Amino acid sequence: MLNYLWLAMILLGIGWAAVTGRLGDVTKAVISSAEEGVQLSIILLGILCLWSGVMKIAQKGGLIRSLTNVSKFLFAKLFPDVPKDHGAMGAMVLTFAANFLGLGNAATPLGIKAMEELHKINNRSDTASDAMILFIVINASCLQFIPTNVIALREAAGSANAVAILPHVWISSSISTITAIIFYYLFLLMEKRRDYSIWHL
Amino acid sequence: MAFMSILSEAAIPAVIIAILIIGAWRNVPVFDAFLEGAKEGLATAIRILPVLVGIMLAINIFEASGALDIIVTLLKPVVNFLGIPEEIVPMAILRPISGSASLGLLSRQLKEYGPDSLAGRILSVMMGSTETIFYTVAVYFGAIGVKKTRGTVWIALIAGMAGMISSVIVCKLLP
Repeated sequence: MLNYLWLAMILLGIGWAAVTGRLGDVTKAVISSAEEGVQLSIILLGILCLWSGVMKIAQKGGLIRSLTNVSKFLFAKLFPDVPKDHGAMGAMVLTFAANFLGLGNAATPLGIKAMEELHKINNRSDTASDAMILFIVINASCLQFIPTNVIALREAAGSANAVAILPHVWISSSISTITAIIFYYLFLLMEKRRDYSIWHL
Repeated sequence: MAFMSILSEAAIPAVIIAILIIGAWRNVPVFDAFLEGAKEGLATAIRILPVLVGIMLAINIFEASGALDIIVTLLKPVVNFLGIPEEIVPMAILRPISGSASLGLLSRQLKEYGPDSLAGRILSVMMGSTETIFYTVAVYFGAIGVKKTRGTVWIALIAGMAGMISSVIVCKLLP
């Protein structure tokens, strides 16, 4: 999927630029993209080290196990393939917590950590596991309590009440998260059915 | 509302202090453990660098070519028919692709339409209740080298759509 999307964006972009005579802009964009990619990973490097280090202390102190125990019921239901005291559980719980509080920059390294942990219990090295899919779609549906960036931008634009949209955000992000979970289960059902029919043909 | 800002300001220090105190209380050599984890973080950062360069390449080419503007023009009649303010179309397209680009767009549009107008409120809610789907999927799967992502992108896109549609409806219904 990503292979096609990546290819399509680049082909469409360059093709359209050739038609409209914007190839000069595209040339600049190509060169700056290498720079931006490196800049972004250097920005992430420090925070990745920091959160991985802090997470290691939490893991060794048994905090992750306690945290997971608290939310065990819900998470055990959603992620039946992940052992309850596995590092993946804790990393996922912390990622959701960081997203929930609008700490997007902290959530990315935590999420990558969670993916690495999930990969350890994935028996197909090049294919996403069920738990990975659900983890990512919940993240990508952005269950959020405090959208820090948006409030700051509204304040900057001179809003009379910058936080007035918070209840709207809560409703809307809950709807998208619930949709993500429903379609995850629908997808699993569809996939199972398809495999099943192939098996019998 | 002061409570909210205290909550978001205190969250990171509170998490760090709680982890350190519990670690020290359970006799974990905290600094050694930190270094051990931080080294893993370094390895991860180096592994995702090529992924980020690749993602930036595609996003930058697409933006610079003006292909995005064409999609917006094509979609305008559809959104007008559905009663959605057409000002939000660029955001709806840019949002799943790039977080920093959509933040820049939001900042520009809030100044243009006013943060408390209908379009300004829908844009704010949309930004707050949806994610940069392609970036999240690419970085998370890229970090561990998983290539077959199964239905992830589709499920995330459907959920993102639901979030966008509900942003419009919620802003129209609630003051």
